[in-house]
Amino acid sequence: MLEVHGLSKRFPGVQALDRVDFDVDAGEVVGLIGENGAGKSTLIKVLAGVHRADEGQVLLNGEPVGIHTPQDSFSLGISVIFQELNLVGNLSVAENIFLGRELRSPGVLRSFLDFGRTTQRAQQLMQQAGLNCDPRLAVEELSLSHKQMVEVAKALSINSKIIIMDEPTSTLTGQETELLFQIIERLKSSGVAVVFVSHKLDEVFRICDRLHVLRDGRHVGALQTARTSRDELIRLMVGRDLGTLFVKQEAQISDTVLEVRDLGSPKGIEHVSFDLHRGEILGFAGLVGSGRTEVMRALFGIDKRTSGEILIDGRPVSIHSPSDAIAHGIGFVPEDRQVQGLVLGMDVRQNVTLASLQAVSERGFLIDAREQGVTGSFIEKLSIRTPSQEQIVVNLSGGNQQKVVVSKWLATNPRILILDEPTRGIDVGAKKEIHRLMSQLACQNVAIIMISSELSEILAMSDRIVVMHEGRKKGELDRAQASQEKIMEIALRQTDQGVA
Amino acid sequence: MTTGNTTLTGILTWYRRQAKSSTFGVALILLALCIVLALSTDRFLTQTNLFSVMRAFSFIAIIAIGECMVIISGGVDLSVGSIFGFSGLITAIALNRWSWSIPGGIALGMAVGTGFGMVNGTLITRLRIPPFIATLGMLSVVRGLAYAITSGYPVRTPSPYNVLGQGYLGPVPYPVIYMAALAVVFSVFLKKTVQGRRIYAIGGNEQASAISGIRVNRVKMLVYTLAGLLAGISGVISIARLGVAQSTAGLGWELDVVAAVIIGGASLSGGKGTILGAILGAAIMGVLRNGLVLLNVSPYWQQAVIGLVIIIAIAADQMRRGSDQ
Ligand SMILES: Nc1ncnc2c1ncn2[C@@H]1O[C@H](COP(=O)(O)OP(=O)(O)OP(=O)(O)O)[C@@H](O)[C@H]1O
Ligand SMILES: [Mg+2]
Repeated sequence: MLEVHGLSKRFPGVQALDRVDFDVDAGEVVGLIGENGAGKSTLIKVLAGVHRADEGQVLLNGEPVGIHTPQDSFSLGISVIFQELNLVGNLSVAENIFLGRELRSPGVLRSFLDFGRTTQRAQQLMQQAGLNCDPRLAVEELSLSHKQMVEVAKALSINSKIIIMDEPTSTLTGQETELLFQIIERLKSSGVAVVFVSHKLDEVFRICDRLHVLRDGRHVGALQTARTSRDELIRLMVGRDLGTLFVKQEAQISDTVLEVRDLGSPKGIEHVSFDLHRGEILGFAGLVGSGRTEVMRALFGIDKRTSGEILIDGRPVSIHSPSDAIAHGIGFVPEDRQVQGLVLGMDVRQNVTLASLQAVSERGFLIDAREQGVTGSFIEKLSIRTPSQEQIVVNLSGGNQQKVVVSKWLATNPRILILDEPTRGIDVGAKKEIHRLMSQLACQNVAIIMISSELSEILAMSDRIVVMHEGRKKGELDRAQASQEKIMEIALRQTDQGVA
Repeated sequence: MTTGNTTLTGILTWYRRQAKSSTFGVALILLALCIVLALSTDRFLTQTNLFSVMRAFSFIAIIAIGECMVIISGGVDLSVGSIFGFSGLITAIALNRWSWSIPGGIALGMAVGTGFGMVNGTLITRLRIPPFIATLGMLSVVRGLAYAITSGYPVRTPSPYNVLGQGYLGPVPYPVIYMAALAVVFSVFLKKTVQGRRIYAIGGNEQASAISGIRVNRVKMLVYTLAGLLAGISGVISIARLGVAQSTAGLGWELDVVAAVIIGGASLSGGKGTILGAILGAAIMGVLRNGLVLLNVSPYWQQAVIGLVIIIAIAADQMRRGSDQ
């Protein structure tokens, strides 16, 4: 149905696409797979009319088509869910869903919006996408995963023949992913062509019929999912064997460094208490909206606290702003890299050093050599793919942006490091690298809190797991006892037992 | 490969890199403007005229240094014209009526400018009034104070003081030297210090900056205070240049200052801009004013022409950078 031949796209310093071929048929789900910076999003943006290809051809049902603007792509029946969300924060969910295709009142009132119908239609679409909230709520009030679901609803509102989803599941938890997969199956059986991007390979194997693999902007292979294996796919993606998955090193877990007592915040957090020890990795599990992020925001001084106290090394501390928290040796990788993590208009180096400017300066003057040194070491350690340290971060691929945020916080040398979805959108190789780094930090006595929506990641990395539900701590599990079922069972348990 | 060839490639790479920076574009526009005027009048390209043009725009340029930092931080300061006028006025009153010493008078004018800047900062950070509204209010308040304390009458300044504004170092008028020195100091401040980096950061993404431990309110306070100080400095020098302080001095200048900063490549949405750009922006407007006089354009038409050129300059710059993508 859709075919791409010999597509190339060059950015200053990067050949993002190099004579790439690609195709997808009606009624099938095709995976677009590759490492961070391989060119997946660039290919999608060319098909969406955001970028113009340097050379190559796009055929729709055998006919060459020219896609020069997003409108062209749209009128050809292509709808795209971009990796970085495209929502207008101060508009409501319903208004966002119908943005640019507003529903109008009938007859002479044509110039006026039809609010009733908008809300009603939006509600239906939201239900399909699994989003249960008021359609009149402003989008900026929503969590990242709910924003993602708004994007899905928006894509469904258009009767498109081709739907392209760039890492839709990176912000979703297991349950929501299941819902999305049901939607995809439905689309597929009604003859829609679906293109799916993800770094989570088990998802890819579950939902995709065929795979196209990109490496360094080149198309390196097309595979039938049924006739390939995880290892073969990784070999194709990375160009070498990656070996087994990372195994956590056992760190020496010693004295308590952080105690949180009876924490409450206006964002629905109540009576949350936990301890954290040196060398420990404490996982936070729970569904989206369970309040994990909100606990960390209150702890880090971003949100106000309505109750509770925080003790570091046994002494009560007053943390009223992120700078207080940083002064106490806490670091925080936030969940939304574009809004809270990065200054998108600044370059890689300026972002990496932003939270540790004291360390790279002398009497208030920045020392170039130090900034370059720090940045260089992280570019190498996390294999950040960028033409130079002076590249503006908005031009990096999604996964590489995430690595910049992680670098920024590692550069502060924290004693306590909070990671909110640290490996979101990160490819298999780099994920292993980040896990190795976390484990290494733990061995150096750093205390780590990790929020993750991937239970497998929580189980693999945590020494202890706190399970949350609806703003409360529902229970705690040791590494030895923990399993996927136990976590889910605690999260959904009715009574409030185990509030330690 | 011959040496000549390497130099050429060197120049070409340099050019390509520069061509993307907006400051380079502004410099090109200024150069083009100068060439046109040099060809169409014989009085433009003389040493005396060039230096007097530079002196004429140096006052706006000095204020633009402060405005530039405010705009980079994501705000705007509309009160700079009034602060400029009031600071000059208070210095003149101190020298003339209260017989203060010259250093005392200068210090007072600068302190008053700084004080107004701090009031702006406080309104914006403590009372959370949007910068546009807070400084619009202060524009009116400060101008009103200037009318009130003088009842509208001009105040003369003593002639020993006037040397500071009317003197020359060789062929170079003092105000041009002040402008250059301040531009260098604040360029270094913005590009090479921790505070400077923070100003860019909060303008680029305030939320991410705050989470990175930057005390956003402190940075804003600093930026508005510096804008007040620079407007004050400019006001204090300008009365020495004119020999008289008027309660109407700097009326409407905030628009020229903001225009200079924006022509210089800054963006009103914050995070972008350079001091050199702002100075070049002020230069473009100054050269244009001078050119229109030399070309005998009727004063009634000058205003419209200047506005038109500002629009053309910014549009040309947008197109030049846009074609790159
Ligand atoms: N607008 C741009 N300007 C400059 N370089 C760009 C731009 N967009 C993408 N690139 C570069 O092109 C390459 C491919 O990026 P792309 O976003 O397509 O990667 P990706 O496969 O989607 O990666 P990820 O899995 O991290 O999302 C990267 O090296 C990136 O830095
Ligand atoms: Mg991508």
